[in-house]
Amino acid sequence: MNESAKMLREISIIDFTLVDLMLYLDTHPHDRNAMEYFNHYSRIKKQLSTEFSQRFYPLTKDYSDCDKEWKWGNAPLPWEGVCS
Amino acid sequence: MWNYEKRLQFPVNIKEPNAKLAQVIISQYGGPDGEMGASMRYLSQRYSMPYREVAGLLTDIGTEELAHLEMVATIVHQLTRNLSMEEIEKSGFAPYYTDHTVGVWPQAAGGVPFNACEFQVKGDIITDLTEDMAAEQKARSTYDNILRLIKDPDVCEPIKFLREREIVHFQRFGEALRLTNDKLNAKNFYAFNPGFDRCEK
Repeated sequence: MNESAKMLREISIIDFTLVDLMLYLDTHPHDRNAMEYFNHYSRIKKQLSTEFSQRFYPLTKDYSDCDKEWKWGNAPLPWEGVCS
Repeated sequence: MWNYEKRLQFPVNIKEPNAKLAQVIISQYGGPDGEMGASMRYLSQRYSMPYREVAGLLTDIGTEELAHLEMVATIVHQLTRNLSMEEIEKSGFAPYYTDHTVGVWPQAAGGVPFNACEFQVKGDIITDLTEDMAAEQKARSTYDNILRLIKDPDVCEPIKFLREREIVHFQRFGEALRLTNDKLNAKNFYAFNPGFDRCEK
C-alpha cells in the first residue's frame, strides 16, 4: 500500500466513526459523551484531510489550492481502486 | 446541497473480474431493494416530515446511501473491467453487454430496469418510517443472499460492510419511529398522519 492509499484508509476509518456517531446523535441529541467523541474525531478528520490534500490531491473542492495545475479535476477516481 | 469527497466510504479493490457475480450484485445498484431506491426514498420522504430531527436523520441516512450506491457501482465496474469476449459470452453477460457494454446501469439481477415504484413517499411519517425499517431489512436479506454466492474476499469485505450498515440504519429508523410516537398528541389514539391532520387539544 502506498502513502496516499494508507492515508486515505486512515481518513475513511475516522470518517466512518463520524458518520456512525452522526446518525446516533440524530436520535440521541443530548448524549454528551457521544458529542465529545464526535468533536474529537472531527478535529482529527480535518487535520488529516488538510494534510492529505496538501500532499496528494484535494479531497473535496474546498481543499483545492492550486496555481499551476487543476489537481481536483485530475485526481484519481474512487472506483479505480487506488487504495490497494 | 451536497459536497463530494473523492474517496469511497469503504475501500473496494477487486483483482479478479467476474461477470456472473456482477450481474447479481447490480441488483443492489438498481434493483427492488438496492441503494438507488434507498437513497431516493429517504431523500424524497424528508419534505413531508413534521419533525425536524426525523427529516435530519433521513437526510443523513439518504446521504450515506449515496455513498453505498457508489460502492456498489464500483464493485460492478471492477468485476466487469478487462473482460475478454470469451468471458462475456460464457458468463451470460452478453445481453447486458449488448445494451450497455461494460457501463454501470441501474437494473435488478433479473434485468428489470430501476423504477421509482420500488419505493414510496406516502407523506405520513408513521407510514414512511415503517416502510424505511422494512426497506433496511429487505436490503439486509439481499446482501445475505449475495454473500452466499461470493467466494472472493475482495468482494466479500465491502458487501459485509454494506450489510452491517443496513442493520444500523434499521436501528436508527426504529428510534425515529419511537420519537415520533412519543410526540403524537395524546388524543391521537389511532396515530393518524400528524403532518397533515390536526388534532384538537
